[in-house]
Amino acid sequence: MFRNQYDTDVTTWSPQGRLFQVEYAMEAVKQGSAAIGLRSKTHVVLASVNKAQSELSSHQKKIFKADEHIGVAIAGLTADGRVLSRYMRSECINYSYTYESPLPVGRLVVQLADKAQVCTQRSWKRPYGVGLLVAGLDESGAHLYYNCPSGNYFEYQAFAIGSRSQAAKTYLERRFESFISSSREDLLRDALFALRETLQGEKLKSSICTVAVVGAGEAFHILDNETVQGLIDAFEIVGEEVPATEEGGAADEPAADQSAPAEEVPAPMDI
Amino acid sequence: MANWSPYDNNGGTCVAIAGANYCVIAADTRMSTGYSILTRDYSKICKLADKSVMASSGFQADVRALQKVLAARHSIYQHQHNKQMSCPAMAQLLSNTLYYKRFFPYYAFNVLGGLDNEGKGCVFTYDAVGSYERVGYSAQGSGSTLIMPFLDNQLKSPSPLLLPAKDAVTPLSEPEAIDLVKTCFASATERDIYTGDKLEIMVLNVDGIRCEYMELRKD
Repeated sequence: MFRNQYDTDVTTWSPQGRLFQVEYAMEAVKQGSAAIGLRSKTHVVLASVNKAQSELSSHQKKIFKADEHIGVAIAGLTADGRVLSRYMRSECINYSYTYESPLPVGRLVVQLADKAQVCTQRSWKRPYGVGLLVAGLDESGAHLYYNCPSGNYFEYQAFAIGSRSQAAKTYLERRFESFISSSREDLLRDALFALRETLQGEKLKSSICTVAVVGAGEAFHILDNETVQGLIDAFEIVGEEVPATEEGGAADEPAADQSAPAEEVPAPMDI
Repeated sequence: MANWSPYDNNGGTCVAIAGANYCVIAADTRMSTGYSILTRDYSKICKLADKSVMASSGFQADVRALQKVLAARHSIYQHQHNKQMSCPAMAQLLSNTLYYKRFFPYYAFNVLGGLDNEGKGCVFTYDAVGSYERVGYSAQGSGSTLIMPFLDNQLKSPSPLLLPAKDAVTPLSEPEAIDLVKTCFASATERDIYTGDKLEIMVLNVDGIRCEYMELRKD
């Protein structure tokens, strides 16, 4: 898209009925480093690529815990993401205080969306430049939502946002039908594989990515580096082949005893 | 209507004793109003953090509201600091929270027990508006006047006027402290009508938190 005379204010419509500032905000999300989410019936996994500005600096924090049962991964303007995750934490705490029960994920997501919409209709504000993948578990099951700067939100079985997310989405699109019944380990494996797609050949190691899980009986938490490296090692040994969808045993054990029949599903690199 | 009061006293007694590497917090489970018993099985003890446990007697509605506020504040702290609050930090927070309502106080008489940053037992005792002090042991509630002199006698807390300054921790072993607490409550139950039914004891040490119960007289 190019500069035009309707894109200065968020409160100016274009003749085609577009709000360019909102669309530019969505662009900011596409520029951020990738974040991926997938869910099964009982678990939701979030994974993100953590690029550091330079070797000297620390990594950007892109996954936040909002409550015991909800977490969020962001892509785009991370400062906006931090502010929104603080809002989410506050809403979760207030709901818990009033109702003595966890905030249903769908409710939180609507509140976030309404908050984002306000910024698309005030001349003195700007849209939030961050996309949020909200992962949570409530009475109605495991959920994954995507919140846009536009104020829209959608529920997903699996999704990827940020730069080079299309590669991850292609991988997920091929496999998403099996996710609903995946085990926790398979979900993690698929998340790491999808994440690897966005790296375009760069080696996947735990120092450049963050993985978080929430599930039935398992509070939202970010996996530590050793665990993530263990998972990466477990499937990197399998090599370029796509892992078997049946139970592959403990992810931390070397995959020497795992067979990976990949005849019917082509390896990701081949596409 | 002219005699309506926003407060009520639900009675009960709370005690805490700090050891070298443990802390014992105990409270009876009787909840009363006037001369009636509301329930024989109400817990006055609340775990605020991994190393902080609070026991409160007084108006239980205010106690519950206070516990909720502290729990919410602890959640915020954990999000911001990525760790649990230490017991001394929680002690200060409790004091500030109580004073916040200086002109419509929480009718709660609190005793906070836990392990400090060095792993030693600590007990903090409060009045209704947040004045607090770290001590080796304390009792609050309807039976406190019966229990406190007995604890003073048994635990011989050194005078703060003494030099050199002595530790706030009592040299008692964990089983001895628990036994002392049981003795305190058995005695208080005899003469305080608002104390009785059952005793709930929480013990905090390096292994975590465990809970013990003892039956008390039900009259």
